[in-house]
Amino acid sequence: MFADYSWPELGAIFAMQGFAGLILFSVFVLMALGLAIIFGQMGVINMAHGEFMILGAYVTYLVSNLFADYMPALFGGYFFLAMALAFLASGALGLLVEWGLIRHLYKRPLDTLLATWGLSLILQQIYRSVFGAREVGVSIPDWMMGSLPITDLIEVPINGIFVMTLAVSISLSVYILMFKSTWGRQVRAINNNRVMADAVGINTAWTDRLTFGIGCGVAGVAGSAFTMIGSTGPTAGQLYIVDTFLVVVFGGAASLLGTIASAFSISQAQSIMEFFLSGSMAKVLTLLVVVGILMIRPQGLFALKLRK
Amino acid sequence: MSDKDQNPTAGGMSRRAMLAGSAALTAALFTPKGLKAADFPTAEVNTTGLAVTDTTVTCGILHSITGTMAISETGSVQAEKLAIKQINEQGGILGRQIEFIQEDGASDWPTFAEKARKLLVNDKVASVMGCWTSASRKAVLPVFEQHNGFLYYPTFYEGHEESPNEIYTGQEATQQIIAGLDWVNQTKGAKTFYLLGSDYIWPRTSNKIARKHIENFMDGCKVVGEEYYPLGHTQFNSVINKIRLRKPDVIYAIVVGGSNVAFYKQLIAAGIDPAAEKPIVLTISVTEDEIRGIGGENIAGSYACMKYFQSLENENNLGFVEAFKEMWGDDIVVGDVTQAAYLGPWLWKAAVEKAGSFDIDKVREASPGIELNTAPEGYVKVHENHHLWSKTRVGKAQVDGQYEVVFETADLVEPDPFPEGYQ
Repeated sequence: MFADYSWPELGAIFAMQGFAGLILFSVFVLMALGLAIIFGQMGVINMAHGEFMILGAYVTYLVSNLFADYMPALFGGYFFLAMALAFLASGALGLLVEWGLIRHLYKRPLDTLLATWGLSLILQQIYRSVFGAREVGVSIPDWMMGSLPITDLIEVPINGIFVMTLAVSISLSVYILMFKSTWGRQVRAINNNRVMADAVGINTAWTDRLTFGIGCGVAGVAGSAFTMIGSTGPTAGQLYIVDTFLVVVFGGAASLLGTIASAFSISQAQSIMEFFLSGSMAKVLTLLVVVGILMIRPQGLFALKLRK
Repeated sequence: MSDKDQNPTAGGMSRRAMLAGSAALTAALFTPKGLKAADFPTAEVNTTGLAVTDTTVTCGILHSITGTMAISETGSVQAEKLAIKQINEQGGILGRQIEFIQEDGASDWPTFAEKARKLLVNDKVASVMGCWTSASRKAVLPVFEQHNGFLYYPTFYEGHEESPNEIYTGQEATQQIIAGLDWVNQTKGAKTFYLLGSDYIWPRTSNKIARKHIENFMDGCKVVGEEYYPLGHTQFNSVINKIRLRKPDVIYAIVVGGSNVAFYKQLIAAGIDPAAEKPIVLTISVTEDEIRGIGGENIAGSYACMKYFQSLENENNLGFVEAFKEMWGDDIVVGDVTQAAYLGPWLWKAAVEKAGSFDIDKVREASPGIELNTAPEGYVKVHENHHLWSKTRVGKAQVDGQYEVVFETADLVEPDPFPEGYQ
């Protein structure tokens, strides 16, 4: 398989594929962080995660149209406002859903699975009724398109760099929130021992709601960013949901670090295999390896050490 | 097409002028208007118990209006309803108004089969306009053959099929593929091809035909790569890197659905601008409908090879597009499959009136040889093998989301669903 290429080409292959892997890694991290917060910290299996992402994408679409129509001069910068609004919109919907649906089902994890799946169908149909069944095209500012040529063979896509930067900054924000803020302390306390946390005066109901909202908000930002690389349609969220669960479960549900490690290993493995095998085969092998590892280590790569 | 036909205000309000601009114009010329139902007694035109009365005939519409395929199939439903409306305005079929029963296949193949059975067994519909994906067609076909129904199927597809109970109004693979490959070879001097597709039957079969044609029938040309990705795949960076290393003259892309958006956005982000034609991007899977999701600026300069583009400038098409927009809104676009779906009811009407009967067996017998001068794509004719003779065209994608037609075959291309030498 290497014989077809010369040495400089091989070097370029690894450089470019490594970079493609990093982009895929960032995409995975963005997809999975929101779910890791919700699934890992609250134990809620949110099947509507993809639809929260797509809400962010549609918000981006609306904002881009708004800017194109009324403020064409500022179009280059609309993306940042769009991401903020996507966070607020998905987060607000998350708060609402937690209040109306999830909080009644905390003790019944399998029922949350069904309820959120139903929610995802409802949201898909709402998107279809509001925005139409067809995909919408989101215009991306010019400065975010194109690539930086590094050598003849190696070119680095600008939107890839943007997605990577975003993934890093969101991971850092979540880390700081989780380990430095009051909310984070409370979440971790509840995660360790809910009854005790309640007893010492933590408002667990509100913390849960906020956690769910933040998880959904992060999903919204991810969806907003994905308008650059993927499609925006009523059912586009379904494209991401399998990979998202794969990353979170493989990493160990309760560990944010695990999510990042798992996103890294899956993305690098997949992107390197994609180069030498066909795309479908790479996917099959990745899934096989993940299933194999999970059989040996069902708790995932990183498990929280808890006194049971 | 003379000049005076295109100016409806010239020469007073003749009957022709009043109708000009609507697709009804040429259709009205094609079949004698206003056949009277009384001349065709129901007992004679319907001997098999179909849903035909003295004043109406019922057909079925079977597409996905929910689920993932709704994106694609909505246009077909709209086109079929437009055709039915226009036929009814002209007096219907054998003097009978068409009524339709619409069922939702819900993007789920067993559901398609179940709804097809319901339409044929319970509703006794005289024909069905429906299906989009090959999977749904394969699911309903046994039902149509068992209950002797008649299906008009609109999508371009992989071929290898010829059912007595079906008319294929889209192109089969060889019709769509070969002319485009020859064109890119002859006018652009392309020699090396990178084949890419979504991983299911249509792209794989189409690429197989493309590969056979490139290797066996095109001098000095070769395939330098062939690659498939799962449906819904959204990360194409790896294959784009491979393409950059292989340096093909042409990327032959049969990527389907939402993946398309990801593919073209990432292609341009990676510095491969289709407009630069280095390499040339040639696709058979992107119609005007898909471009709306991809964004014209991301795909401008790519070439698509199919039988119909909205921008075709013939009188039939101008009228069709205008009528379509009037019925469904100004911002709508019309793609290849939508136009093919529009042909279904018209072909059915022509076949029934030629046969003088709604009986499936007689309609089937009458179908081969049916000609349609009124088709938006131009003239089409039904072949013995139930596919259509049609021209194949190459369009160049524009920033506004339309295609500019840059090539069209001189003659109609014969449908060849079981091509020899391509198996």
